[in-house]
Amino acid sequence: MKRSTVASRYGGVFVLAAIIAILPLFLANSFYFDVAINSGIAAIVCVGLNLLIGYAGQISLGHAGFFALGAYSSAILTDNYGWPPVASLIMGLLAVATLAFLIARPILRLRGHYLAMATLGMGIIISIVLNQEVNLTGGPDGMPVSAFSALGWEANSDLTWYWIVGGSLITTVWLALNLIDSAVGRALRAVHGSEVAAQVAGIDTTRYKILIFVVSGIMAAYAGSLFAHYTGFLTPSEAGFFRSIEFVTMVVLGGMASVFGSVIGAVILTALPQFLTVFHDYEHVMFGLIMMLTMIFMPKGLLPSLRNWINKRPL
Amino acid sequence: MSSEFLQFLISGITVGAIYALVGLGFSIIYNASHVINFAQGEFVMLGGMGTVFIASAGVPLPVAMAGAVLLAVLIGIGLQKLAIERARDASVVTIIIITIGASIFLRGLAGIIWDRDFHSLPAFSGEQPIHVAGAVIVPQGLWILGVTMAVAVALFVFFNRTMIGKAMLGTAHNPLAAKLVGINTSNILILSFALAAALGAIGGILIAPMAPTHYQVGVMLGLKGFSAAIVGGLGSGPGAMVGGLLVGVTEAMAAGYISSNYKDVVAFVLILLVLFFMPAGLFGKRSSERV
Repeated sequence: MKRSTVASRYGGVFVLAAIIAILPLFLANSFYFDVAINSGIAAIVCVGLNLLIGYAGQISLGHAGFFALGAYSSAILTDNYGWPPVASLIMGLLAVATLAFLIARPILRLRGHYLAMATLGMGIIISIVLNQEVNLTGGPDGMPVSAFSALGWEANSDLTWYWIVGGSLITTVWLALNLIDSAVGRALRAVHGSEVAAQVAGIDTTRYKILIFVVSGIMAAYAGSLFAHYTGFLTPSEAGFFRSIEFVTMVVLGGMASVFGSVIGAVILTALPQFLTVFHDYEHVMFGLIMMLTMIFMPKGLLPSLRNWINKRPL
Repeated sequence: MSSEFLQFLISGITVGAIYALVGLGFSIIYNASHVINFAQGEFVMLGGMGTVFIASAGVPLPVAMAGAVLLAVLIGIGLQKLAIERARDASVVTIIIITIGASIFLRGLAGIIWDRDFHSLPAFSGEQPIHVAGAVIVPQGLWILGVTMAVAVALFVFFNRTMIGKAMLGTAHNPLAAKLVGINTSNILILSFALAAALGAIGGILIAPMAPTHYQVGVMLGLKGFSAAIVGGLGSGPGAMVGGLLVGVTEAMAAGYISSNYKDVVAFVLILLVLFFMPAGLFGKRSSERV
């Protein structure tokens, strides 16, 4: 029993690591690398967001706000104040963690619709501030970000970025799986089932919800920081409402409460607009349709539904 | 009272009336189905953009307006029948995701079928401003206030004096009991989506001469209508009206006295404050979760 859970927990990580290790052989040019790297960055956000949506049952429509705060912290501290990128990254994570912690207690007291709206409002406030503080962020025109460097070494090739993002993704997935399989994870599932029942059973539900909100915020901020240095240019649209919706759609499509589903959802929805012009031109319509159709016809999402189908099939 | 203050108050009440209309839509749907329809803002967009494009085909303006309201109503009913009803027993998060999906789907569709430019409607009765104690009111502002009041009175009569209105209230209070006394609750749900869509579209038409309409105009107006509903207490009709005016006036004052750059932040700060300190809103009932 114990062995099988360990195997199923880390088996997936090994498969993911193997795919990430082999993939560069098939990435023909820098366009494919770009898609892979952006997929990985989105996947890191989605794994974190899924901890909140899928496991704690709390929706956030403002995660792009955390993503953008991470990105802009790195950009502003590195380029405006001359901080080393690593220090800026850590500072950004601390800032987002603090912010998430401060707003989590009042926000997470709210349920369902209220929480969705409160996080949406938070995201929009962040996006308005980024647009308005032109001196700091360059406003709607955006700002350039210098390359990521540490101890005289600089990340400048596609392959370097690929390994940085790939390694980060594997670590994030591993952390998420461990978190889910801990006392925290079980408490969260209890919260998802029935918050009142969890409270009655002696679980400090607010504490766990705050913890997971902060953790998922940090993951988004970390991904944002990587994104800033990788693309080298930031605009406030990274904090926009549609960006938050993209992340939620990826989680929903891949499967709520499925860590690997989030990775798959992120890869599919990052890659599709790059390869299908139809998808790119009709982005809003497509994302809207995917959200509605997935929720109506396949509410568990892609990966869990696939797993069910395989398990049910007569051998 | 300085004329400046009066001016801010007037413009606040004018936009506030629109937020109130949108907020009423949220409350009606919430009462009937306990769903927050995140696509409510798109009905506002459909009202404004619909009128512009139906009128551009050479149809007289009043007919185009009626056409746009009808279009919004049909889409509202479609949303209920095709999406919400199919996921009736799903969790709150699922329904939120469906209505958000519907919202960006409609927005995207409007951007493709119509266009992505800004459009204005002509004011209903001229642009000649009216001077009152040093402040000005544009005639369109009076239209907005007048229509909103008329709608509020009509809704009051509808919910208190007509059989269908009372059936809707009954369904809101207790769907099972409503079914037992012979109310067709699934028709009530359709009706509430139709009504909410019509209210949103009317708001969108009224504001189009003052603030240009655009395929993405629904995002902000929807969110502010939601603030109105929340501030007043979700599910309360008078609450949504008062909430709308409160959001509108606070926003206008903040824009006038503090900074117009941060005007849009006001509604959200207000939502967050109300949610944190008064989760039931001004007029809402306190509720506890059933286990």
